[in-house]
Amino acid sequence: MEKPVIIGVGMVPVGEHWRISLRDMATEALLNAMDDAGIDKVDSLYVGNMASGSFIEQENLGALIADWAGLGNIPAVKIEAACGSGGAAVQEGAKAVMSGLEDVVAVVGVEKMTDAWPTDATRYLGYAADAEYELFHGASFVALNALVMRLYMKTYGYTEEDLAHFSVNAHRNGARNPYAMFKREITVDTVLKSPYVADPIKLFDAAPMCDGAAAVIITSKEKAKELGVPKDKMVELAGFWRAIDTVNLANREDFLTLKAAKVAAEKAYKMAGVTPKDIDFFEVHDAFTVMAALSLEALGVAEKGKGAILAKEGQIAIDGDYPIQTMGGLKSRGHPVGATGVYQTVEAALQLRGEAPEGIQVPDAEVGLTQNIGGTGSNITVNILRRV
Amino acid sequence: MGRPMQVARHWRHFREKYALIGGKCENGHVFFPKRPVCPVCGSRNVEEYQFSGKGKVVSWTIVRNPPSGFEYYKPYPLALVELEEGPVVLAQLTDVDPEEIHEGMEVEMVTRKVREFGEDGIILYSYKFRPVLK
Ligand SMILES: [Zn+2]
Repeated sequence: MEKPVIIGVGMVPVGEHWRISLRDMATEALLNAMDDAGIDKVDSLYVGNMASGSFIEQENLGALIADWAGLGNIPAVKIEAACGSGGAAVQEGAKAVMSGLEDVVAVVGVEKMTDAWPTDATRYLGYAADAEYELFHGASFVALNALVMRLYMKTYGYTEEDLAHFSVNAHRNGARNPYAMFKREITVDTVLKSPYVADPIKLFDAAPMCDGAAAVIITSKEKAKELGVPKDKMVELAGFWRAIDTVNLANREDFLTLKAAKVAAEKAYKMAGVTPKDIDFFEVHDAFTVMAALSLEALGVAEKGKGAILAKEGQIAIDGDYPIQTMGGLKSRGHPVGATGVYQTVEAALQLRGEAPEGIQVPDAEVGLTQNIGGTGSNITVNILRRV
Repeated sequence: MGRPMQVARHWRHFREKYALIGGKCENGHVFFPKRPVCPVCGSRNVEEYQFSGKGKVVSWTIVRNPPSGFEYYKPYPLALVELEEGPVVLAQLTDVDPEEIHEGMEVEMVTRKVREFGEDGIILYSYKFRPVLK
């Protein structure tokens, strides 16, 4: 089956956007992506969003954003897979194009988190966990990841310092990305001296609450040619899949294996015809440092229990063997939950087009991988992008 | 915060949350909570199963920035507890000094208040785990 291509990307800087509403943020990212692709209409819209109903009392985002952006009476829906919504929405857009039913598809990921009171926002993020058996007991999302982090450190003998290197790497890259929320470098000390949110997770082990929107335009290669899109602006969605695992962390067979990522990655690698060694950079879901480590293991980049070593030894830097979080990742660019997967896609496309900012362009990048986690590893998307 | 606190939503869980009742399939697999399909073998022949309430701590954390509704209780310890019958449950630890918590700590189930709602007046109880009284 012919693989679809991304022909346009757009985003707004991630941050605390007190003056901009969800609909305006989404529309801005969407119109940027359409301008980038050189088009003024699309056949349908897929919106990646996790919890607009809770954060801003607004659902029906498909209609809201398509209407606001003047897209006419097209099909438009919201795709929800917790913090993995954005990556999932990209896949639904790709599938629509591959089916032949829709020619040119827009995907926008958006989340407006700072309109909510912080403890309420913490509660809404907890909705991605099991309401009756996790949130009920007062488990925040951070707390669930903290249980995993403690177990990871204990099982493999890592310290908080070992994992801090993931945050340091993310900030080093994010400092060079004009769209990142935190454009400043940090040291291991910054992480270690930050306060505990849920022990052993500290403030600087975790991604921030923020707002953001990113968008991509997806079409077939044939249609892209017809539209006159130059080849160096096309990025192929070479392989993609997603899979689920137990929502309730306690029910997991192995707390230290992201089974859903493993399954999704195996299928995506096969579809793209590549192995982990062929991937030039990885945008993994580092909502928490331990999740970056577990992701590298599930994606086949590191052996089980050895993900943290790659960070410690610097192999995850832009000039390392396995660059990750090239534009700052969730930690530094920011994690507007339902938008994150689309930001990752935009960033990967920019890397492959050779348009990444100075200092964080991965030289001669041919293939990139994005991995987007919903829940505590319960709904995971893997997308592989390739230069055309 | 909205008001998702209908009484029925909670009383339908009373048996499992007050008494730690889970499920057991026809092939002897036990799990918590009880669910319609055995997660191990896929059997749909599942009965209620009463757990002993004894277990040990697998991992734990101290929740310092809780979700709304739990502000009053912070900080509080939360743990993954492996029951002696095998399954793992997530619950708060109680009657314990955070300094004392350690991996492998033997705990037992007790019924405690989880939270109460000012406006609705509902008080929620559930299993928590405390160090085994020697
Ligand atoms: Zn069974």
